[in-house]
Amino acid sequence: MNAHKALRSGPVRWNDFVIESLIRVTGFSTIAFVLLILFFLLREGMPAFFQVPLDNLFGPAWYPTLGHYGMVPQVVGSLVVTLTAVLIALPLGVATAVFVREVAPNWAREILKPLIEVLAGIPSVVLGFFGMTVIAPIVRQSLGVPTGLTAFTGGLVLAYMALPTIISVAEDALDAVPKSYRDAALAMGATRWQTIWRVTVPAARSGIITAVLLGMGRAIGETMAVMMVTGNAARLPHELDFLFRPIRTMTATIAAEMGEVAQGSDHYHVLFAIGIVLFMVTFVINLTAAVTIFRKRRRGGLR
Amino acid sequence: MKKRYLVQGLGFALLGLIALVVVVPILWVVGEIVWRGVGAISWEFLTTAPHEGMKAGGIFPAIVGTMLLTLGTALAAIPVGVGGAIYLAEYARDTWATRLIRLAIINLAGIPSVVYGLFGLGLFVLFLQFGTSILAGCLTLAIMTLPVIISAAEEALRAVPVEYRTVSASLGGTRWQGIYRIVLPQALPGIITGVLLGLLRAAGETAPILFTVAAFYLPRLPQSLFDETMALPYHLYVISTQVPGMPLQVQYGTALVLLVLVLSLNVAATLVRSYFRRRRQW
Repeated sequence: MNAHKALRSGPVRWNDFVIESLIRVTGFSTIAFVLLILFFLLREGMPAFFQVPLDNLFGPAWYPTLGHYGMVPQVVGSLVVTLTAVLIALPLGVATAVFVREVAPNWAREILKPLIEVLAGIPSVVLGFFGMTVIAPIVRQSLGVPTGLTAFTGGLVLAYMALPTIISVAEDALDAVPKSYRDAALAMGATRWQTIWRVTVPAARSGIITAVLLGMGRAIGETMAVMMVTGNAARLPHELDFLFRPIRTMTATIAAEMGEVAQGSDHYHVLFAIGIVLFMVTFVINLTAAVTIFRKRRRGGLR
Repeated sequence: MKKRYLVQGLGFALLGLIALVVVVPILWVVGEIVWRGVGAISWEFLTTAPHEGMKAGGIFPAIVGTMLLTLGTALAAIPVGVGGAIYLAEYARDTWATRLIRLAIINLAGIPSVVYGLFGLGLFVLFLQFGTSILAGCLTLAIMTLPVIISAAEEALRAVPVEYRTVSASLGGTRWQGIYRIVLPQALPGIITGVLLGLLRAAGETAPILFTVAAFYLPRLPQSLFDETMALPYHLYVISTQVPGMPLQVQYGTALVLLVLVLSLNVAATLVRSYFRRRRQW
């Protein structure tokens, strides 16, 4: 905003100076908060890496009462549930974004968009409750498995939680494709369908990748819903049908056990260490997504 | 009709079908909870404390707790969030420091809610010795809400045309006067929408309050900022997973109250946005 240059030479008042300094402080406070979060995670979590032998910490067994603090089952659990969620949400989300942006008549858009906003607003504990009482019995009966609280149920619920993010970012990406691209394709005789899949979507692909990354970040960090519907069995999957057996994620482990541990115990520090892993993973995912956004923005638009 | 138009027709139908697959479960969740929960709602349910191991009575302390937490979160998050947005929209130039702030905001938005819970436990509950208290819970939720408020408020401020600022300056106003008297009021609807969207997230969150404020069972109202409190999301979690033999209708009733609370914030945000968009002067 160039007008700021002219504004900067205005009269200076003491009162303004104080307020503007405060505003500057609030602006930079966000950096301080990220650093504070990292600091306190490290402060409470790092002792785990010194007090618990590393082959125990990165081992396959999680029996905290017996002193086994292997994180691998939870890491694998989080990966399985998140990948399942992304595999379900990616096609649904991209197709819905394309439908809303490129195909749907106005009246349909006016119905779809508020509904998707409602989905974004439903608390995760409510979705978890719904998953437990309604979805899990359906999964159990239709698949004939002993319990409906499985990795698959978790992935399914998570997919719907990631959908609003994926849809809205993918929509923005499609929106940023210049109209001239579509016009050129249509002018050459392509149908709208051909234009969408051969021109518009490929042109928006990096924005769509960003959408999936952000959705994935949301899925991996989701706690309550996942804890309520995955059955919470901290064991390493080794059967072929592991998708339809109970599993436990990193987030659920923290949420379920932190309330019961003695502060300062090994168990306590290990739970914070899992928090460090989660922080790092989401940090990398969001950084990657942010870099794509920044780079595209400089080139003009979310392409 | 040529084959490729047939393909297009089928393709569009498929896309529409997928959109239905996305939307119908949303209606199902809301419909099911309203349908099965509405029977539990009564004056007694909304205004009395739970008793007999939470199987009887109401959810009054949880409702009050969630309202207090949301209010406290708003008090803590709004000044910092709006201030940060004003800095980014009106003062910050495109320097590496500004980019660092944006990076921090993106990361705050991406940190899992349970990690906020750990952070709140480490900083507010233990290090600052607030104990498990409303204060600790509100501050944790406020930091979690910040990125939503900042992003929305910045967008609203940036949407105000630059002429509003130049005219204010040409009349002899200082930069802050221009922002405070002219730009901020113009951006207010957008800011309110953003604040409401941030708060509805805070109101429905469970993981950040698990270790910072939520009480399993506390049938009285909190007495001070340093008291624990019950809260609706945590209460729903407790009665649906930790209490065997809990009547299903009470669970649905609790879910319904939480859903109504959160969705009414959602509707309020939408209304504010559309009402002011129609009356906007630019």
